[in-house]
Amino acid sequence: MIRALLAAAYVVFALVPTARADDALDLRLRHLESGLRCLVCQNQTLAESDADLAADLRLEVRKLALAGKSDDEIRDYLVARYGDFVLYDPPLKPVTWLLWFGPFVLLAAGTVTWIVVGRSRRRATPGVKAEFEVAARNLLAGAAASPAGAAPAGVGQAETDSGDAARQPLDG
Amino acid sequence: MIPELGHFALIVALLVAIIQSVLPMIGAARRDRALMGVAVTAARAQFGLVALAFGCLAWSFATSDFSVANVAANSNTHLPLHFRLAATWGSHEGSLLLWSTMLAGWGFAVTVFSRNLPQVLRARVLAVLGMIAIGFLLFLLTTSDPFTRLFPAPPEGRDLNSLLQDPGMVAHPPMLYMGYVGFSVAFAFAIAALIGGRLDAAWARWSRPWTTVAWSFLTVGIALGSVWAYYTLGWGGWWFWDPVENASFMPWLAGTALIHSLAVTEKRGAFRSWTVLLAIVAFSLSLIGTFLVRSGVLTSVHAFAIDPARGLYILAFLAIVIGGSLALYAVRAGAVGAGGDFAPVSRESLLLGNNVLLVVALVSVLLGTLYPLFVDALAAGKISVGPPYFNTVFYPLMAPLLFLVGVGPVAAWRRAPIPELWTRLRWAAGIAVVTAALVPVAMGRWKPLVALGMLLSAWIAAATLSSLVHRLRHAPQRGLTAKLRANAPAWYGMLLAHLGVAVFVAGVTLVKGYEVERDVRLDVGQSVVVAGDTYTFRGVAAVPGPNYDAIVATIDMTRADRHVTTLHPQKRTFRSSGQVITEASIERGIGGDHYVSLGEPITGSGASGAWAVRIYVKPFVDWIWGGCLLMALGGFAAVADRRYRLARARHSEPAAALVAPT
Amino acid sequence: MTLKSLRWLIPIAVFAVIAAFLYAGLFRDPREVPSPLIGKPAPAFSLAELHAPDRRLSPSDMRGQVWLLNVWASWCVSCREEHPLLVALAKTGIVPIVGLDYKDKPGDGRAWLTDNGNPYRTSVMDSDGRTGIDWGVYGVPETYVVDRAGIIRYKQIGPLTEQTLKQTILPLVRRLQAS
Repeated sequence: MIRALLAAAYVVFALVPTARADDALDLRLRHLESGLRCLVCQNQTLAESDADLAADLRLEVRKLALAGKSDDEIRDYLVARYGDFVLYDPPLKPVTWLLWFGPFVLLAAGTVTWIVVGRSRRRATPGVKAEFEVAARNLLAGAAASPAGAAPAGVGQAETDSGDAARQPLDG
Repeated sequence: MIPELGHFALIVALLVAIIQSVLPMIGAARRDRALMGVAVTAARAQFGLVALAFGCLAWSFATSDFSVANVAANSNTHLPLHFRLAATWGSHEGSLLLWSTMLAGWGFAVTVFSRNLPQVLRARVLAVLGMIAIGFLLFLLTTSDPFTRLFPAPPEGRDLNSLLQDPGMVAHPPMLYMGYVGFSVAFAFAIAALIGGRLDAAWARWSRPWTTVAWSFLTVGIALGSVWAYYTLGWGGWWFWDPVENASFMPWLAGTALIHSLAVTEKRGAFRSWTVLLAIVAFSLSLIGTFLVRSGVLTSVHAFAIDPARGLYILAFLAIVIGGSLALYAVRAGAVGAGGDFAPVSRESLLLGNNVLLVVALVSVLLGTLYPLFVDALAAGKISVGPPYFNTVFYPLMAPLLFLVGVGPVAAWRRAPIPELWTRLRWAAGIAVVTAALVPVAMGRWKPLVALGMLLSAWIAAATLSSLVHRLRHAPQRGLTAKLRANAPAWYGMLLAHLGVAVFVAGVTLVKGYEVERDVRLDVGQSVVVAGDTYTFRGVAAVPGPNYDAIVATIDMTRADRHVTTLHPQKRTFRSSGQVITEASIERGIGGDHYVSLGEPITGSGASGAWAVRIYVKPFVDWIWGGCLLMALGGFAAVADRRYRLARARHSEPAAALVAPT
Repeated sequence: MTLKSLRWLIPIAVFAVIAAFLYAGLFRDPREVPSPLIGKPAPAFSLAELHAPDRRLSPSDMRGQVWLLNVWASWCVSCREEHPLLVALAKTGIVPIVGLDYKDKPGDGRAWLTDNGNPYRTSVMDSDGRTGIDWGVYGVPETYVVDRAGIIRYKQIGPLTEQTLKQTILPLVRRLQAS
């Protein structure tokens, strides 16, 4: 066991001194480059691309990072040369407002619809509703009274009504 | 001779498709049984003819008949037989023929499994399928003839795109197309119902199994594509938000919404106009997906075989099919009633919430996929929309949806009082919270997003299992088998699919949270430790394949001095194209994959040089695809439900009699 | 038609918008990325000349005249396609062309020009592609139009054609020369 540990430690230390200092940088660059688009490939990130230009740009990015540039500065550097096209997350501008806010506006609209539909359906047919309410309460009472829970009408009843939709009042 | 036979079969199939779409429509309008009867014969004949054409093309590929231009461009005598057969759908023309074959196959299935449908409805459904077939057959015959001859025939073919020479190519496109095209049946049912003016529970019940089967195939197809990308692109990713992936994901989202909305329409008669719209949208998105892939309007890793002229044809076809059906919808949907009422907390309401979230997610993916095109068309520059955008927008929408997956099946129709829901779900909630707290600790590092993911995954799993336990405990039958039999297969299918979601979410969460990626340079004999395992590079060797030359590396993986496995990542250089493809070597396990792929030689390219090697540890990554498989199995299980068949037999006569004149 | 019944038209309206954009998209090349450098000063460089490696050229040497920067390489296949046009343009003497020999070996570059004709007033060597990155080059060939003040006015991505030369580049050059 100790030998195994020693062997492992040996392997780690023999190899890593060259790599260890760069690990954090590698990770940072990997993260940065996977949000950048390779220009010449069909649709690949800078991190993934095997294209020549991508390799050059990775080298350039590494140089900038080693020179102490921040991620944002590196992104700006590339945008200045190639435009917003290199960014996989498009910057927030009037032209991308719809892209960034659209889904959330739609979500708000959808939620409102959900609430409105929920409320309107509750009031839809008061006569029928009351009638069903009574039926449901009776069933519930029956279920509570029956020790086996044989006629559950509440929550657990979900699927036993399978295939019997024909009894629903349908207007076509 | 064989290619001409195939070409001729396509021409006859086109004529048959015209008959199939015209005569039954007239027959349905006039209540003429003879004319309506043509639909079944025509649909079957069409399947026979298109399948014959497909067989002819496959035969030309199998026998390497390079006098056929399509074979000469996409095959090669050195290509193994299974890839020659898969090359049948490797080209633009071939994949369209596959599309048409699937479409005819679905039409044939309708004639077989819908014997008990009201004749008017069946005639209209088959006629609508015939119209879609006309579009695709015309497309094939006018712009994309797969049987065009070359003279003189070249002695050797140009070979299948090297990226496609993979087992994934054999299974992924057929499965995906089965799903894509399968939504045509739900679409045809929707259009037939709109024409007839009858959108009722019976219509929903008939559409449901078709939708579910198509959805299940699509799920398998997408998952297979994901696995393929995972091991072949060499970067260990399983989803890239590439436009073509999105093109298959959007119909899936619409189909998922449709399945749930159909449940409400069938059981409660509600959401009818919404359900019919979703049926139209799901198939429309399949068509739009085909357009995006085939027209080249978007840059994608899949963008082979692109041609604007073809794009124009598909767009015109889209405008007719989608525009026409949405116009019909605009005219007819207003007449559809609202259906049964329900309380703000009820299964109906929760399923409505599910639909809202799925549709918002769908619109986000659509927006993200098409936005670069919008901006470009407005001459406002070029932008890219990629994973950072989709992750930002998509995940927040999924969290509430996953929460609903746990609640929905437990809630009763019409009204589900919150105290009762809580009583039923408190155990699941407890289990979820404990899992969320423990898993990140067990994995060695606390991460809030992992906790959230595990919370949702465990919540779904526990809620799903608790509804099984509840149902069994309260079943009046005696004995476990009898209790199990008391529930419908559709219900078990639903449970299985929801468990699949839980497994999928766990896989995604754990991979994203704890994957380890290392790019290292290794000399022969050198080792590296990644996540506790030692990888020792033993060098590379040149190994010839059937139609490529591979450089195969040998890497020993050891754990605590014990040999675990030997990995052989490859780089394959294809002789015909010179293209280089990376094949990762993966030690798979239920707890995660150890993934090694070969980069570039660093010093010298011989057996003694150093190489760049990528080593990834992907915890629980196979759960992602396992979850998809469970979802699909759930779908298939649901369709096995006898009640779809019995119900059909029971309701067919009165329903046929009830058909309102149009 | 009441307002409420208008909502059934929403789906078809949305589809119409999407279809219109898809149609527009058919006539655009998704791989062409417009340069953000248009209207900006030409990025500086000081590179060794291909035929006289001890001499250096920089954009400031071209100040005061309108000029073209053509990015080329001996390994570039589509450069052959546009090369006769460049040679013909050089013969007219309308506008000086500077060549940027991108990621090429000097010997290969010189041999290529000997074989195909040399339209360049000067060619400079960008052996490591650094200058290419500064200019936002992402494929060869590319051609830039730079005005008297050293501002980039136009970028052609991909090979020049008779049409772009006659209809876009030369009129622009004349306009810039006149101002």
